[in-house]
Amino acid sequence: MTGTRLREAPDPRLADAVRTVARVRGRGRRRSVVVAGGLLAAVATVFAVSLSLGDMVLPLRTVVDTLFGGGDGGSRFVVLELRLPRALLAVLVGVGFGLSGAVFQSLLRNPLASPDVIGISAGASAVAVTASLLFQVSGLALSGSALSGAVAAGAAIYLLAWRQGVAGQRLVLIGVGFGTGLSSVVWYVMARSDTADAQEAYLWLTGTLNGRSWGQVWPLLTALAALVPLTMLAARALGPLRLGDDAAAGLGTRVEPARLALLGCATALAGVATAAAGPVGFVAFVAGPIARRLVPGRGAALPHAALTGALIVLVADLGAQHLLPSVQLPVGVVTSIIGAPYLLLLLARANRGGSSG
Amino acid sequence: MAEHTLRARGVRLGYGDREIVSGLDVTVPPGRITVIVGPNACGKSTLLRAMARLLAPSEGAVLLDGRSIQDMPTKEVAAVLGILPQSPSAPEGITVSDLVGRGRYPHQGWFRRWAAEDNEAVARALLSTGTLDLADRPVDELSGGQRQRVWIAMALSQRTDILLLDEPTTFLDASHQLDVLDLLTDLNHEHGVTMVAVLHDLNLACRYADHMIAMKDGRIVAEGRPSDIVTEPLVGEVFGMRCSVMEDPASGTPMVVPLGRHHVREAGVHPAARS
Repeated sequence: MTGTRLREAPDPRLADAVRTVARVRGRGRRRSVVVAGGLLAAVATVFAVSLSLGDMVLPLRTVVDTLFGGGDGGSRFVVLELRLPRALLAVLVGVGFGLSGAVFQSLLRNPLASPDVIGISAGASAVAVTASLLFQVSGLALSGSALSGAVAAGAAIYLLAWRQGVAGQRLVLIGVGFGTGLSSVVWYVMARSDTADAQEAYLWLTGTLNGRSWGQVWPLLTALAALVPLTMLAARALGPLRLGDDAAAGLGTRVEPARLALLGCATALAGVATAAAGPVGFVAFVAGPIARRLVPGRGAALPHAALTGALIVLVADLGAQHLLPSVQLPVGVVTSIIGAPYLLLLLARANRGGSSG
Repeated sequence: MAEHTLRARGVRLGYGDREIVSGLDVTVPPGRITVIVGPNACGKSTLLRAMARLLAPSEGAVLLDGRSIQDMPTKEVAAVLGILPQSPSAPEGITVSDLVGRGRYPHQGWFRRWAAEDNEAVARALLSTGTLDLADRPVDELSGGQRQRVWIAMALSQRTDILLLDEPTTFLDASHQLDVLDLLTDLNHEHGVTMVAVLHDLNLACRYADHMIAMKDGRIVAEGRPSDIVTEPLVGEVFGMRCSVMEDPASGTPMVVPLGRHHVREAGVHPAARS
């Protein structure tokens, strides 16, 4: 069905109007491309810097040479075996969290609705900590349990919030409650276990990239290679969905399947990122809002949120490694220092405005 | 002009166990403006939601071109039938041209993204709603009247033959209510768009409706041209309100003057209203 035949009155103003629309829309698109380019350049720069810094400081030139197959044995070992996997992991974890948070926040139309607030990360933590402390699971199996915890928590929250469709506000509230419950499970399991083991688990809970190697990079890279394109495909429905369910349905969106697909992708993204590095706090929470501020009025700004997430984790991990001369901090400590004040600001503003929007 | 037809056949509607509309038939006259009126909770918005495919009937069917709307692909429906929900919400920071552009969604697909044709549809929608000057403004910053024009522009850029509007004038002051209804009438006259609107204001409904449906308790009490059906007994039956119906001096359509218990001049009351 080709649908409609509106009578087209010839309008002398039309040509001008079309030019105006093209110009206004083009301006937004240009800004979006420029900002994405800027973020990409920033990620590349910090990435290169993080490869050059450490106990053995390498000039950036050597780093680049080494990446492209040059360099001597020593620099090859330091860059390719020690630093590259860690930096890559920082980028991938940041992309996963950034994209996941931005999808959740846009879809549920609530800046608080990031996976670390609505119980997805808590689900991953509860299962991973239980598996590691009570069943001595480690390595890839531990990552797997974190991922399954995230997916199980996501599914449980979705089902609990279901009432002939899922409304954003109810899902957020149920998620927050669910997350709090799961956190007490984590603390209970930790309190009952051996101090040394509990300390190990605590480090994981903070989110850390310390001691990560290629073994963690490949699974995450594979998962993201599938999940990122899937998310971008599902995100086509995000535009209409952000107008509310009725308007979205009127525009030809199959509301509930589209929402389920997006929630599934976002949950899996948070899950695989948590599996690789632990629930690195606040990355998913702040990446989206920062990205949307950089490109205002451009919808969910998903690519920008992914790049912002990568940049945050890279910078935070650089700080975690080098801020204190003798200690390597977990990256989650640094991201929380960035994120916590933003959460407070948001709560204060919501309080003043009398709404949670 | 309009080539698509919309009918409801024996639809039963409700939410959960609560039945609101119990079996009614409606035929929407193509190319005309139909207005549904009735007291609060009479089922008028429920009926509109069912015709918009936002609510599945538990019995009966809404037929678009003779086919059950529930069995049609969502996109196919969206190419023919547009909706302006009661209180739509714009995402924070979205610009007018982007919001109006969302109306192009049903015409796009995995491989067909934004094209010159879409710019033209948006430009026409902005022109006919007088919102071209606002093209690059964020929707949050607009006044209530401007915002409603922009939402109507979005529905227009969808280029549907049928447009359903749920209380398009709510929250607007008197002059902007007129403004929106004049705009809808322009669109109906210029493009032959079939319109169905739920309206609260009975006198505006009488003035702007080609076809009026008066509902009470989930059933249709009367339908037809306002001048044929709007009488004092009908208003009494539907709204439970004493009134006097006279000719609107501006439009010649029926005008309902409500009579309360106070401030009524005995001598000025139309005799029929006293019965």
